[in-house]
Amino acid sequence: MRLSDLPKGAPAVVDRVDDVLAGDPIAQRLRDLGFVAGEPVRVVARGPLGADPLLIQIGSTRFALRRSEAARVTVRTGEHVQGVHG
Amino acid sequence: MSASTLRIALVGNPNCGKTALFNQLTGGRQKVANYAGVTVERKEGRFTAPSGRVLHLIDLPGTYSFDATSPDEQITRDVCAGAYPGEPAPDLIVCVADATNLRLHLRFVLEVKRLGRPVVLALNMMDTARRRGIDINVDELQRRLGIPVVETVAVKRGGAKALIERVDGAIPEAPAALPDDPASRADLHGQVRELLAATVAMPRSTDAIDDALDRWALHPVFGLGILAVLMFLIFQAVFSWAQPVMDAIAAGVAALGGWVTSALPQGSALHSLLNDGVFAGLGAVLVFLPQILILFLFILVLEESGYLPRAAFLLDKLMFKAGLTGRAFIPLLSSFACAIPGIMATRSITDPRDRLTTILVAPLMTCSARLPVYTLLIAAFIPQRTVWGVFNLQGIVLFTLYVAGIVSALSVAFVIKRFRKDKSEHALLMELPSYRLPNPRDIALGLWERALIFLKRVGGIILALTVLLWFLSSFPAPPEGATQPAIDYSLAGRLGRALHYVFAPIGFNWQICIALIPGLAAREVAVSALGTVYAMSAAAGGDDALASQLGPVIAQQWSLATALSLLAWYVFAPQCMSTMAVIRRETNSWRNVAITAGYLFGLAYLASLITYQVARALS
Repeated sequence: MRLSDLPKGAPAVVDRVDDVLAGDPIAQRLRDLGFVAGEPVRVVARGPLGADPLLIQIGSTRFALRRSEAARVTVRTGEHVQGVHG
Repeated sequence: MSASTLRIALVGNPNCGKTALFNQLTGGRQKVANYAGVTVERKEGRFTAPSGRVLHLIDLPGTYSFDATSPDEQITRDVCAGAYPGEPAPDLIVCVADATNLRLHLRFVLEVKRLGRPVVLALNMMDTARRRGIDINVDELQRRLGIPVVETVAVKRGGAKALIERVDGAIPEAPAALPDDPASRADLHGQVRELLAATVAMPRSTDAIDDALDRWALHPVFGLGILAVLMFLIFQAVFSWAQPVMDAIAAGVAALGGWVTSALPQGSALHSLLNDGVFAGLGAVLVFLPQILILFLFILVLEESGYLPRAAFLLDKLMFKAGLTGRAFIPLLSSFACAIPGIMATRSITDPRDRLTTILVAPLMTCSARLPVYTLLIAAFIPQRTVWGVFNLQGIVLFTLYVAGIVSALSVAFVIKRFRKDKSEHALLMELPSYRLPNPRDIALGLWERALIFLKRVGGIILALTVLLWFLSSFPAPPEGATQPAIDYSLAGRLGRALHYVFAPIGFNWQICIALIPGLAAREVAVSALGTVYAMSAAAGGDDALASQLGPVIAQQWSLATALSLLAWYVFAPQCMSTMAVIRRETNSWRNVAITAGYLFGLAYLASLITYQVARALS
């Protein structure tokens, strides 16, 4: 599932970040900011207009990502991710 | 450089409290400049350590990664690596990390370590970390990192004591330099996880206070409501606090000018130069200060408290549609008071392309200096009439002028987005930091810095141009037995009459054309310039008396089409050279000034042409 489709508050973990073009600087920046495989992630809030941008909690940090940016991140959801959310 | 001085570079993630630490260490002994050729701020300061050694500090721009995506990140990387031309490599790097956000900040610490230069890690905001029950085993962290680690609380007096003691001692041994290749960098997150698992215990990953505040501040309905109320209060404050101070400054400078020149013979060129050139210019510069300082007081408080990115979050979608970013909202809103602080506030926009677009459209926001012109023309030409039962026609016209400014700013931003060559996606990717109580010292230093920048970099240009305008309006002097006002015979008068050929199609008479030239100094000056052209004296009862005198005259002499055309002109025209001066300073380019002035002039001419021709056809 893409991070941009994740329901608000649902626990998930990052699977990978995809480049939308060769050497995508936005994807690289997302990886630098901690969007790496296995990292717990959650949608905390959504913008008031068109539910964009999204407020993403990763680690102890909150980032505002536009939907197009969040769509680069693939996440896994389900029972097995519950444990990593303290 | 003598052996007793040490160059220290402060680096860290954005929001790590680095600048507060810099302020704590250096106090007011700071120098702010720009790196050559770019608009990135270079902040340098110094302090004397207990040992008597002088320590030079440079505060480098906040950076998430050395994989630079913006000019300020490139500079941080190059200065740290000793690769920036003209900047000697630092003897010691102090890497600042937020102790409550180590998951993010430790990764950059590891990147800095790889440079192979002496590094000290300052764990900042240790007080907040303790309050939140975050337990950090500093000794173990130090052992595993292999670099000295000290605790700091940048916002508390004496909170940098441990850091000062450490940097005043022997320079720590440099860690091993590692090659900078993507494969080994990808592993940094794994190393951070190991470090965290071994040294940090966090009861919960977020601050409960932040969660509670954000539930309100980011709420789709309440969040926008809070933002609207905040903005309303700021505007109330700017207009009710700034106006009396501005009036006092204007009167004070004029009185000072009168006193200084009282010994000189009335009517001499020197008397006029000092009074109408130098002191008028000085007044024009200083009169902006109250608005700039009050607006920046609020902007800095919003920024320091962590609210600014929340406002950007709420409005990003709206601004993005117009080709801007959520971060552009506050600068553009400030431009309703005055474009100068608005343009200076674009520094909070990290993306250079978004920042430039915001600067280019900021002059379209209806600043307060347009109001005297609007009220003069509306009072003289628009009848006091009730429309649709409830609305006042004059009010509707004024409102339309404001809306025209906003719509045109958004449209111009949209056009820039459509036609620029670089169509790549620029990310929002904005961190929402923890809420913080703003520190008065940091706010005061920020205000002081803004005031200095304005007075030093912008004031000079404004002063020079005012003197130039004085020259144009005063020379040559009228001949013996002249019957017309002096300005008619001057270069400005001739220029105005020559301009009349250009402005005739939009309905301006030659009197308006002449008034436009001194009106370049500041928009509201056009009102007194019109008074001069129509041979009235403002001395009799101040500007209000002048306006009430001028109103009936222009109502008689101008057609309605001309008045509407002049209103349309003022929505767009690049009238105020102070704005142009600040664009020059903030973008470091005359080209951007030319582009702004050019497109504003084009829009103004087009809007006035359409208004005039349509109004004439309808009447």
